[in-house]
Amino acid sequence: MSELALAAILLVPLAAAALLAALPDDRTTAWLNVLACAITFLAALSLLAVRPAPGHFLIVDDLNIVFIVLTTFVALTTSIFSRSYIGHELESGRLTSVYLRFYHAMYQTLMFAMNLALLANNLGLMWVAVELATLTTVLMVGIYRTEAALEAAWKYFLLGSVGIALALFGTILVYLAARAVVGEGLDAMAWSVLVQKAAGFDPALLNLAFLFLLLGYGTKVGLVPLHAWLPDAHAEGPTPISAVLSGLLLNVALFAILRFKSVMSANPGALAPGPLMVSLGLASVVFAAFMLYRRQDIKRLFAYSSIEHMGIITFAFGMGGPLANFAGLLHMVLHSLTKSAIFFCVGHIAQVKGTQRMPDIRGLTVSHPVLGWGLVLGVVAIAGLPPLGLFMTEFLIVTSTFARQPLLAIVLGLSLLVALGALLARLNGLAFGEPQGRSEPSRASFVPVGAHFALVLVAGVWLPPALVAWFQYVARILS
Amino acid sequence: MIDRLALDIAHLCAGGLVLVSFMLLYQDRLTGLINTFALHALVVSFSVAWQAYIQQAPQLYITAAIALGVKAVVIPLALHRIIVRLGIHRSIEPVVSIGQTMLAGIGLVALAVMVMLPVTAQAGTLAREDLAFALSVILLGLLMMISRRNAVGQVIGFMSIENGLILAATGAKGMPLVVEISVAFSILIALIVVGIFLFRIRERFETVDIHLLHEHRGEQP
Repeated sequence: MSELALAAILLVPLAAAALLAALPDDRTTAWLNVLACAITFLAALSLLAVRPAPGHFLIVDDLNIVFIVLTTFVALTTSIFSRSYIGHELESGRLTSVYLRFYHAMYQTLMFAMNLALLANNLGLMWVAVELATLTTVLMVGIYRTEAALEAAWKYFLLGSVGIALALFGTILVYLAARAVVGEGLDAMAWSVLVQKAAGFDPALLNLAFLFLLLGYGTKVGLVPLHAWLPDAHAEGPTPISAVLSGLLLNVALFAILRFKSVMSANPGALAPGPLMVSLGLASVVFAAFMLYRRQDIKRLFAYSSIEHMGIITFAFGMGGPLANFAGLLHMVLHSLTKSAIFFCVGHIAQVKGTQRMPDIRGLTVSHPVLGWGLVLGVVAIAGLPPLGLFMTEFLIVTSTFARQPLLAIVLGLSLLVALGALLARLNGLAFGEPQGRSEPSRASFVPVGAHFALVLVAGVWLPPALVAWFQYVARILS
Repeated sequence: MIDRLALDIAHLCAGGLVLVSFMLLYQDRLTGLINTFALHALVVSFSVAWQAYIQQAPQLYITAAIALGVKAVVIPLALHRIIVRLGIHRSIEPVVSIGQTMLAGIGLVALAVMVMLPVTAQAGTLAREDLAFALSVILLGLLMMISRRNAVGQVIGFMSIENGLILAATGAKGMPLVVEISVAFSILIALIVVGIFLFRIRERFETVDIHLLHEHRGEQP
């Protein structure tokens, strides 16, 4: 039974991709996309109840189940948003019917790739999946074929594939380290075996491998100074893809780093991975916080905010310890929900105003109350203001750091304030004042936005004890 | 126990690959660059085939055949067609001068050897030098990608990095078939990039000089 669910998570997106590439009709395909995501999500939920035994290639364990449920859920809500978004793009002629088929097929292929990367029990398989995910997103970022979109896709392709290449080299080195202990064959690449046997690996080889892996997968996470592709890719692609990139794909890359981090931590002689992750994370937070000020493009603004939040999460996991890991994990989940909801709003806003330039967007709460207040709520949440969930996790991260490294906590706290200032200043212009510029009535679907914000709000006020216990358990495993 | 001659030939191939990587660095015409890349792929394919023979790992012959068929023949032919159709067989200018690029390349090879040899002391003779050579090829490929402005040059730089990775993966004895699958994926990437990207860029701008795609960041007030 649970094997069936596991198969469904991978095969449903794959079959849907083939079907969606073949079907010509615009309206039904968007629904089919939603349906495929819904089935995948249900299959993922069923894994919470019963888990299949780990195999050579696939594994469901305490860590990846969190990511799987989150990924399939956000994929489902994004597909609902995508339906109304794409309808508008077809009417305005930015996308043709042929490109729509391509878009839907790529969307499902991306879901397949991300689910495979999360479920893989094999270093090589995970690498292939991340590579496939990169490839599909590159193609989707370039789908509008404007000058800017092509430049963004090209930049993303170059940086992404160099990152992926470095990660493969790191993977080969990990295999070499494992081979000396585990022996040749599939076992030397299986997570479940690696973590158990890591204590006997050659520390020098592991250190070198982790450097390559951190730089390689770190490029995909968007850590400074490897982030250059991220704002362009977010700004120029279709907005549903920005939502999935920020909400999910960055997490998948971070997940890869976490897996390798636990192998490193299991080896007493190896370099501690924490300080490396802390410095990259902190650099990202500081850099992104200041970069937020001079943005003119609304999607680019929130792309930089994603860099900031991935920095916070990497920082938290780098600090380690049950409390910081717990906060980092929860922050990751809430950031995914919040950021994708913001992109849902931003996508509709860009459509009704006909522009992404922030100086041309004013007074949204007056002209489009639901979209405008949705954006206000989203920015308040992402800036880390109470009572929403991200306030609690940021508070936990800063205070737990204070107890151990006061200086780092001060730098982190100040950067968070700087980012808060930038976001609120921008929000003031966007949401309030006299409406100006073009304005169409919006036919947005508010179900996805509402669902995400409801979850984030509930998480800020009351966390179910079962969820807390579950996340605390995962946090202990990580530390 | 692998005999001495077999090892020497394996190292000759790997060293040859580093040499061809240097040759890639100083090509200042696109046609020459593409031909040199074909040679690069040829050396890698021979090197993989030799590894398959001495490790008695028949599945590696598939990797060698893919490298030979796709990277040494199909992609170079396709690239030749593209540059002829676009009329850009004129000379290309690297960002920094060739002398400086070569010096940087020598530095990178020294770095790769110094980093890899101490670390892989226990990994066995075959893997040891192979990894040092492979890292050199990867770093030289990166250097090539940053020193070229032209899209064709950057794609070739990336594919030479892939060749380095294949060398590393085959040098790690007994690595499961997954890597071969991934190699197939990488070739897929190369195909898609050459096919779609260059085609799209040409459609829009009639040029593949990335430098001419003006910065369009939306940051200007």
